[in-house]
Amino acid sequence: MSDLSGRHRGHSYYEANARGRITHLLDAGSFREILGPTERLTSPHLELLGLPCAFDDGIVVGHGRIDGRQVLIASQEGGFMGGAVGEVHGAKLTGLLELAVQERPAAVLLLLESGGVRLHEANAGLIAISEIIRALLAARAAGIPVIGLIGGVYGCFGGMGIVARCCDSLIINEEGRLGLSGPDVIETTMGVEEFDAADRALVWRTVGGKHRLLLGEVQRLVEDDIAAFRSAALETLEQPIQDLSLEALEAEHQALSARLTDYGSCQDATEIWSQLGLHDPLQLPLLDIQSFLKATCKIGREGA
Amino acid sequence: MEHLRFEFKTPGNRPSGRASALVGVVSSGNLEVMVESTDLNEACQVEVNTSARGFAAIWQAVLTDFAERHDLAGLRISINDGGATPAVVSLRLDQAIEEFLGMSS
Repeated sequence: MSDLSGRHRGHSYYEANARGRITHLLDAGSFREILGPTERLTSPHLELLGLPCAFDDGIVVGHGRIDGRQVLIASQEGGFMGGAVGEVHGAKLTGLLELAVQERPAAVLLLLESGGVRLHEANAGLIAISEIIRALLAARAAGIPVIGLIGGVYGCFGGMGIVARCCDSLIINEEGRLGLSGPDVIETTMGVEEFDAADRALVWRTVGGKHRLLLGEVQRLVEDDIAAFRSAALETLEQPIQDLSLEALEAEHQALSARLTDYGSCQDATEIWSQLGLHDPLQLPLLDIQSFLKATCKIGREGA
Repeated sequence: MEHLRFEFKTPGNRPSGRASALVGVVSSGNLEVMVESTDLNEACQVEVNTSARGFAAIWQAVLTDFAERHDLAGLRISINDGGATPAVVSLRLDQAIEEFLGMSS
């Protein structure tokens, strides 16, 4: 299980569903679900709109162990409405983060896969996002590390993109995507000339795992293997938690301002990679994870 | 949405499985199936919530096949459906029973 090379391809994180990811990420048999499907805590809104519910409202939350250490874990199901956050879905995640402050687990693991707010549920979904963020920051302020894992089919966008960036640390695979407005939203609102959401190479080099690592927005890039995510989560648990002081936040704001000054005029991610001093930036998307990490190891990764 | 209820009187044995099992995801052309033990001795109750209206006869046929194939009693089966085809429904039902009986790896 502690295969750090990630070469042993057991279970694809990208292809697994929310429950499968939990099963293979945690110690065997250690998961205990909170408000599981038999409770039938379904969305009160979807039925009124003539849409089918899911028994778990698209999110699985509970207790478990990773390498013997107690954690709380949440896993969003991208297959159900793109992992979108409705009222019940959001309340389950908020409740889990609030529970962390009481139980003080070794970490809260968030397996994020979501297009953001479930707009069918309108304000209830929007409020849920702000409640999640408040609960997440309260858990961090109480010294509980919150670790986000991203690597599913639907990526992590919208309000959940904000939630992701509120985490202490993020782990992503090459297939994973992280952003605020997703590619389709940008194309719909700004036009295909601004962003062609059908151009998969453009999408991945703009919001994909490799670019997010180079920008310092995620801390670890791993193979698409649940065992590799598990190893990375265990490594992250050994790290000191991120500083949440005012000084640290102001330093991050300054770094983000500087980033805009440095890269704001770039038309493509490859121009940013070039400015970062990376040779042959056009080749970076083609490299496998090990070669990519080797080729880019000079870039500082622990900042911002 | 359409809500359908079916009940199958089966002479089969009450299976000793897990308390419950859930397979599948509600998405386009897919469904989730939850199996739970109940105290209903000889009945297998099935509740279907589906986004595709007007297919009650086909549900009846698919579920009758399923009930004959497995001959199970004392079960409550709940389905949330996103417009799955009959073949997908059959496969998910079989998968749910396997999971419930602890036969899957």
